[in-house]
Amino acid sequence: MKHTLVAAAISLALAATASAQLKIGFVAELSGPQAPLGQDQYDALMLLIEQNGGKLGGVAVQVIKEDSQLKPDVANQVVDKLLEKDKVQIITGVTFSNIMMAVHKKITDKGVFLIGSNAGPSPIAGAQCSPYFFSTSWQNDMQAESVGKFASDKGYKNVIAMAPNYQAGKDFIAGFKRTFKGGSVIDEIYTPLNQQDFSAELAQVASKKPDALYVFYPGGLGVNFVKQFQQAGLNKSITVMSASTVDGTTLPALREAALGWMSGTFWGPDFPNEANQKFVAAFEKKYNRIPSQYAAQSYDAAQLLDSAIRKVSGKVDNKKAFHAALKAADFKSVRGNFKFNTNQFPVQDMFMFDVAKDAKGRVSLRTVAKPLVNHTDSYAAQCQMKAL
Amino acid sequence: MTAQLALSQLLNGLQLGVLLFLLAAGLTLVFGIMSFVNLAHGSLYMLGAYFGAATFAKTDSFTLAILAATVGAGLVGLLLDRFALTKLYTRDHLDQVLATFGLILFFNELIRMIWGPGSIFMQVPDALSQTVDIFGFTYPSYRFAIIGAGLAVALGLYLLIQKTRVGMLIRAGATHPHMVASLGVNIKWLNTLVFALGAALAGLAGVMSGPIMSVQPGMGEPVLILTLVVIIIGGLGSIRGAFYAALIVGVVDTLGRAFMPTIMRGIFERNTADAAGPALASMLIYLFMALVLALKPQGLFPATAGATR
Repeated sequence: MKHTLVAAAISLALAATASAQLKIGFVAELSGPQAPLGQDQYDALMLLIEQNGGKLGGVAVQVIKEDSQLKPDVANQVVDKLLEKDKVQIITGVTFSNIMMAVHKKITDKGVFLIGSNAGPSPIAGAQCSPYFFSTSWQNDMQAESVGKFASDKGYKNVIAMAPNYQAGKDFIAGFKRTFKGGSVIDEIYTPLNQQDFSAELAQVASKKPDALYVFYPGGLGVNFVKQFQQAGLNKSITVMSASTVDGTTLPALREAALGWMSGTFWGPDFPNEANQKFVAAFEKKYNRIPSQYAAQSYDAAQLLDSAIRKVSGKVDNKKAFHAALKAADFKSVRGNFKFNTNQFPVQDMFMFDVAKDAKGRVSLRTVAKPLVNHTDSYAAQCQMKAL
Repeated sequence: MTAQLALSQLLNGLQLGVLLFLLAAGLTLVFGIMSFVNLAHGSLYMLGAYFGAATFAKTDSFTLAILAATVGAGLVGLLLDRFALTKLYTRDHLDQVLATFGLILFFNELIRMIWGPGSIFMQVPDALSQTVDIFGFTYPSYRFAIIGAGLAVALGLYLLIQKTRVGMLIRAGATHPHMVASLGVNIKWLNTLVFALGAALAGLAGVMSGPIMSVQPGMGEPVLILTLVVIIIGGLGSIRGAFYAALIVGVVDTLGRAFMPTIMRGIFERNTADAAGPALASMLIYLFMALVLALKPQGLFPATAGATR
């Protein structure tokens, strides 16, 4: 009897410490050229947790940070560790689509909630959708669709589209063409993914004199492309609309070279809503840089978790209740309007920005138009969402 | 396709070519004279870009940036040669590849620790930020400057190698190292000099690419691959070969990228051409390399006709 009591006391004590600290796994690209994206995701997540005194939804949390190194095999290993050793019930982050495709099924099959704060490849928005997956960013095509609609609104007739020759490059051009009406894409130029110098292609583009150029060159490629474009003197003669090319992670390396470039996405640091103003001010104060959209997405993921954990009073193992709490998306998103579609991707307004100097004279993104209102992705219809 | 477009593409090819030459010159000398495979040559290029960008940001002087990059990379080369690599010169090539690959990882991580994982800012110097109008098309003046600087360095190297005593020793060392050593020349000193010179040239190439390319960890690897192609085509150990091969690779690669997709569209339907064009264009220099290897295994301009290594 005595032994049983002791055992019961110990197990209760263990259970108490376990529930006192909720473990959350964070997976992202934290090394290599793409690390600034993962770093912004991490910093924004930790910002909200710090603002809440180390808690989400009133429960103390421990974030276990893992670097997926943009390698699907490494991502699999770190996710295995999070699931088997750390026994986390929530994972957030994930930067690249190929990493998402590698770990999405493994995590959701296990009944662990995955709150994606960047990558949104089409399969998981469509046929492979899961009730355990929520996205606080976008489906990959949405940014491209925003630019396409903007180009139609502007009445551009001849547009040249350029992207690296890989899946995302093709998706971003397909997304653009889906919403670009009334004009034509006179040329599509795909460059090898490892090509760093674009002088040959830029000379081709200049000779064709298009109304506008649409480009998708993420990360370091975008830095090269924008610099070379500006040096060729083309900023003056050709309007450039971009997706995932000039953003908070590349602008510090570009500065004035990118002035006048347009970019289509869902959020900008100049949004006037109160939640955003507070977020941007706090982020700049703590990290001394302008937050990128990757930070905004991750901050919303943290806010979503905060609201849902509070709703279930920390009992995230009641999966049905926790799922309903997440689905409700009862938080003030930094982007303004936010709710989940049937495939648990956001329904949101999409914007166009141009690169301009902000009030403090820093080169940043400035809102210029809202081409798409309450936009949903094109794959939700293919998603047969299972009930939990 | 107009004549202007072709000419501007030719200039682009030339610009890529001279940049490759700066890298290939050092690599081919080190290989030719010391029989040493230095995969970390791309890291010296990266270091040059970082030294230059940091100096430019601090002092606002591009001249100082170039100085910092060449001297800095040269010094790193010197230290590498004296301390890290000296034991490896007598080992076989596989050991050298392994060790210098390790150095690539080391330098990438070092740069990441100092300057962070993202790319850092480096602008074109104001004096060269304009475009030049020639024959009815505009061309960035900075790229003209690269071509000019590259050709000047090539001329300087030619004079150094062909007309000076040091150059004579280098030439002799490339073909008959033991003979040179037995004549009382300190071959070790000669090796260090050659290694540092190659490193300085790589640093120069790095700082000149800084305003065009993104300055980020790992920027040296893609360019290293092209450089290896150049020295294979040119003939190992031959500066002259490196020069012509660099220009050929630069022009073939650029013209291929510019016109291959259009040519393919004339042959195939649009979808096939869009897929095949860029792929074939990026393969072009490797096909060219294979052709050269098949017809002239020693490269186009081998250091000497009878050299065995």
